[in-house]
Amino acid sequence: MLRIFIRRLLLGIATVAIVSGIIFAAVEALPGDACTAILQRDASGERLVNCRRELGLDRPAVTRFVEWASGAVRGDLGISAHNNKPIALLVGDRLKNTLLLAGCSLALGIPLALFLGVLTGLRRDKASDLALSTIAIFAMTIPEFVTATVLIFVFSIWLGWVPGIVTASASSPLSAFFPGIALPVIVLTMVMTAHIMRTVRSSVIDVMNSDYVQMATLKGVPYRQIVLRHALPNALLPAINVIALTVGWLLGGVVVVEKVFNYPGLGHYMIDAISDRDLPVVQAIALIVATAYVGVNLAADLLAMAFNPRLRTLKARSP
Amino acid sequence: MRAGPTTPDAIPARPSRLVAVIREMLSRPSGCIGLFLVVAHVILALLSPYFAPFDFKAMNANAILAPPDTTHWLGTDQLGRDILTRTIMGGRQAILVTAIATPLAVAWGGLLGIYLGLAGGRLDDILMRVVDAFLALPWILKMLLMIVTFGTGVGVLIPTLAFFYGIPVIRIARAATQNIVARDFVLAARARGHSRVSIMRRELFGNVLDALMVEGAMRWSWMLLAFTSLSFLGFGVSPPTPDWGLMIADSRNFMAIAPWPAFAPVIALSSLIIGINLTADALAKALGIDRAQAAVH
Repeated sequence: MLRIFIRRLLLGIATVAIVSGIIFAAVEALPGDACTAILQRDASGERLVNCRRELGLDRPAVTRFVEWASGAVRGDLGISAHNNKPIALLVGDRLKNTLLLAGCSLALGIPLALFLGVLTGLRRDKASDLALSTIAIFAMTIPEFVTATVLIFVFSIWLGWVPGIVTASASSPLSAFFPGIALPVIVLTMVMTAHIMRTVRSSVIDVMNSDYVQMATLKGVPYRQIVLRHALPNALLPAINVIALTVGWLLGGVVVVEKVFNYPGLGHYMIDAISDRDLPVVQAIALIVATAYVGVNLAADLLAMAFNPRLRTLKARSP
Repeated sequence: MRAGPTTPDAIPARPSRLVAVIREMLSRPSGCIGLFLVVAHVILALLSPYFAPFDFKAMNANAILAPPDTTHWLGTDQLGRDILTRTIMGGRQAILVTAIATPLAVAWGGLLGIYLGLAGGRLDDILMRVVDAFLALPWILKMLLMIVTFGTGVGVLIPTLAFFYGIPVIRIARAATQNIVARDFVLAARARGHSRVSIMRRELFGNVLDALMVEGAMRWSWMLLAFTSLSFLGFGVSPPTPDWGLMIADSRNFMAIAPWPAFAPVIALSSLIIGINLTADALAKALGIDRAQAAVH
């Protein structure tokens, strides 16, 4: 068990290391650097050379990568090229806002998805299942900006219930905060719920068709008990990994949603940084997001192993 | 009734697998609707320039944000351009780019995945870590970095989409191959001394193809989502070329006074994406693949 744990942890760390290499190389390959971004039109001749020497950009890429990576491990993400402030400070608030948005969506979406998944799985091919499964396809495939536009039209322009653009942030009072982020949370929850629900549904169907459930039925175990004691513990296991993948998706999906609602989160900041060519910020955000993705998936794998003894052998784990 | 003697040659040929699969897909209402929507959208994208009622970039200062009437059936936008024209032409770029990029993505991802599934070993270990690393980055970050560097033309978007959306295909193809490699017929081919290329060609392709087709249909829908989202954010199709993402983005500024410019592109884009997904679902069912087990993009 410990060996597998360590192995998984090392794989996760290796993945983050490769990601940071890819990010650094990609940003390195972009035309322009932090100095051209700072100096803008004055970026030529002696000024450029001086600036590069000042920021240490004249040193070899490998040296700078090692420096950047070791700084990132200590929580020092460098300096923004746009306004010369430490990135850790700039990113901190926005990260908090994004986590709040994502956290609300998860708190709402996961229980809803598990409930709907079990419901549709148990009532397979009945009217309620067909209706919910069709809605799920709609919810998970229509682009977030389309859903958001429709919701803004209906709830903020037509009905006037909630603001169409988020003016609230983590620091505003709760009474203003929750109506303010209602629409973005609904958009994120819809997509997420649909993904998780579909997996839970298919795994509930698998388990209900299994030999041991049939055995329990033949033995005369009441239906309630079959579902609660025999089927659900097994059927809900795959949900752990899908929830992790969905959280990973959320990090990308939240970008568009934040932009649509003008929400001051990490994704919104990322798009701005890319438009401004604020490369140190782009690097830092990419690293944060990738680390979060790897971390969540690692946690899900370990959790799945903890609940499912069958995964606790090296052979069964195919990475 | 057939008259005359029947020889064994006269027994009607079994319908080909393609025909059988399509027939199976059409046997469900969702498959019918899905295929109809996809075919209709592709035909519209191909033929719309020939029957569009107006010029897509013709502005009309006398009809700015005009509501639907008998001249402009769906009204006009903030520059007085006909929305019906722009909607039926608004999918051309998106469908062109994604319809070329999807087969490319499935082809390179599929080939590499099958090879890695068969070969295994150290190369497989290393490349799968790289695949994991790419998947850990949000799609929008990868796309935006490429676009900021190389621009937004069709010549950039097709290879970029094909590259990034081929990466998850590697995983699917590799997993599907690993399920088959342990079977007896692959073992037999190995024992006969066939080369890896020959085993891939003769034993693996046919067996992995089903999974790849379903994966391809799903990739198409994700790519459309990515493409239109980029346009919406202002990083994709550049004006005045009509595009659904761009039209929806424009319409949001005037939604409180004129909501109609948003309706048509929202319905057009949604119907295409839903059509693709219903088709993918029907295809998965017809081929006997559990699509819900597939990973999030």
